[in-house]
Amino acid sequence: MKKDIILAGVGGQGILSIAAIIGTAAVKAGLYLKQAEVHGMSQRGGDVQSNLRISSDPIASDLIPVGKADLIISVEPMEALRYVPMLSSEGWIITNTTPFINIPDYPSKEEILEVIEEQHYHIKLDAESIAKEIGSVKCANVVILGAATPFLGLSFAQIEDAIRIMFGRKGEEMVNMNLAALKAGSEQAKMQIKQIQ
Amino acid sequence: MQKLMLLGDEAIAQGAIDAGMSGIYAYPGTPSTEITEYILQSKEAKEKKIRAGWSTNEKTAVEGALGMSYVGKRAMTCMKHVGLNVAADAFINSSITGANGGLIIVSADDPSMHSSQNEQDSRFYGDFAMIPILEPSNQQEAYDMVHYGFNLSEKYRIPVMMRITTRLAHSRAGVVRGEIREQNEIKLSPNPKQFILLPGNARKQYKTLLLNQEAFRNESEHSVFNQYIDGPDKMMGIIACGLSFNYLMENFPQRVSANPILKIGQYPVPIDQIRKMYDECESVLVLEEGYPLIENHLRGLLNNGKQIKGRLDGTLPRNGELSPNLVAKALGMKVAEEKAIPSIVKNRPPALCKGCPHIFSYNAINEAILGTEKGHVFADIGCYTLGFMAPYNAIDTCVDMGASITMAKGAADAGFLPALAVIGDSTFTHSGMTGLLDAVSDNSPITVFILDNETTGMTGGQTSAAHGKLEAICRGLGVDPAHIRVLNPLPKTHEENVRVIREEIAYQGVSVIIPRRECIQTAARHLKSVKQSKEVTN
Repeated sequence: MKKDIILAGVGGQGILSIAAIIGTAAVKAGLYLKQAEVHGMSQRGGDVQSNLRISSDPIASDLIPVGKADLIISVEPMEALRYVPMLSSEGWIITNTTPFINIPDYPSKEEILEVIEEQHYHIKLDAESIAKEIGSVKCANVVILGAATPFLGLSFAQIEDAIRIMFGRKGEEMVNMNLAALKAGSEQAKMQIKQIQ
Repeated sequence: MQKLMLLGDEAIAQGAIDAGMSGIYAYPGTPSTEITEYILQSKEAKEKKIRAGWSTNEKTAVEGALGMSYVGKRAMTCMKHVGLNVAADAFINSSITGANGGLIIVSADDPSMHSSQNEQDSRFYGDFAMIPILEPSNQQEAYDMVHYGFNLSEKYRIPVMMRITTRLAHSRAGVVRGEIREQNEIKLSPNPKQFILLPGNARKQYKTLLLNQEAFRNESEHSVFNQYIDGPDKMMGIIACGLSFNYLMENFPQRVSANPILKIGQYPVPIDQIRKMYDECESVLVLEEGYPLIENHLRGLLNNGKQIKGRLDGTLPRNGELSPNLVAKALGMKVAEEKAIPSIVKNRPPALCKGCPHIFSYNAINEAILGTEKGHVFADIGCYTLGFMAPYNAIDTCVDMGASITMAKGAADAGFLPALAVIGDSTFTHSGMTGLLDAVSDNSPITVFILDNETTGMTGGQTSAAHGKLEAICRGLGVDPAHIRVLNPLPKTHEENVRVIREEIAYQGVSVIIPRRECIQTAARHLKSVKQSKEVTN
């Protein structure tokens, strides 16, 4: 198996945490992994991305070849579109719909969602609202991860295990909240996949 | 064997801990910073009493490491590619002195200038110093090369360069640890003159260095990091250095190529293996993540041999980093046309954080010089360089570490006034102090702003050598204490700040203005760790 995943967002939105969760699950499953990231810009409100590659065979390039990504997982809707050139024709976009507006010429949310609709395979959800219902807007990134679980090539249980490992130190309440966020995101995705089929 | 998931930088750091290194010296610089940070945070390194800390600049870092090597212990020094420019005097002369304890100099290049002023190729420096260079293709090699590098360094009593690039430094993959080696004891060189570079002695040592070149080349011919992978298609041979080997292999299903491939991970280059490829193949494609150094050598000035393909003949772009698709095109493979980014996507450049003290410094400066034509603000390298962007539009130059002060002085010498210099606290101690002394010696009418956010911000908030010392340093350099002014960069002090700035611009001598407020990122991290330690004790 192989999955080439682009993780996208704005600095501070927790995309590296998502990468770490998927990475932990992949390593536990005995898969090979390469994960390339951007440093420094994350503190300063710039766009950030990570190239995450998991595979049952040794991986050569740290960078995903243009046009070969299987998934874009984005915590910010405009950022999801920035990586459209990376996506293969069969690839999926999983994205949050809540904009992060820190530039003067940010387009309208409606326009962005329209362009996302034009991309063939996509799942979009308001991760902030879902996260707030669960208990904290800070787990919005894990909600998005939840929506991506059908596409990762790993079982839902494997991702849950990884969350327990990653958040274990922060206490049971944290772990449970993030597990709930994961579940909520995954339910959303299942609904939308059904509608497409 | 349990694999650690490590960034390329972290693999080097863990490799150093395991290889019996006794000390690491560095100045922060993307993409090298994480090597030293890993060691600073490592419990293991603490238990082994490995000396780790930030130097004032890359030159003092290389010299500190050289001092440790002098007494017989293993040492490492790390920097970004332009940092090697700062360290060049120590670096080049360390190849004449040679090493005693193993010495590795790590230089991290930034092809495509993701966060640098240029994309200079550090292999040029290693070649210039005539020392071996190790260039890993993946995280495991990065780890292994540290053991190997220290051994090589001690075998030939020579510093060894290790050269990495951004895409390896900041990429994570599985690494298996090797044997753990003890640190060396203190033991001076058997040659008491080794580190004296008076000409009489230096000439002898230089001759030794020249004699050793053959031995270094021999090591490369037999190195496990240089691999000749033969193939039946002799129309084209491919030389792939460092990371470019990965991009090459990515393009072959089952990772098997019909063309012969020479993977290079150790320099000086293995000439015999290159000759074999050149003799047996019609043409040679050279893939280098950086300048076309090997390609240029092969082509020669006259390019009248076999066809050499690469950056110099348009097969690859002359500038910028490589990628799997660029290599695919160079191989003549069909590459699907790249889709365009939807036009609705706008640039989201990095910007000063909300509430950053630099914002209020720039607001005050801008108002103080309102009415003056543009071009009078000479700035430097750090977070404050982002003051170039809208809405501040506050600075006019940024060249190299410390250039703000000295360029302002040069402009003032030419009669261009006012001349304002904007420099950070860490940049100031790195290379601003000597420039300020120049200005004091000439009583130049420049106004120097040392933006003191009490940290080395852009690289992630490392400790700044200037902390608590700025006023004393400026007085010590001879700046009139009446013209050393400390400001509080906040909205409520804006009027007062503008007034002080105007006063000092009017003063026809050296002024130093220090807007001081802690970086909000480091302040937040401090608060968080204080909270966490309170939670632990409760």
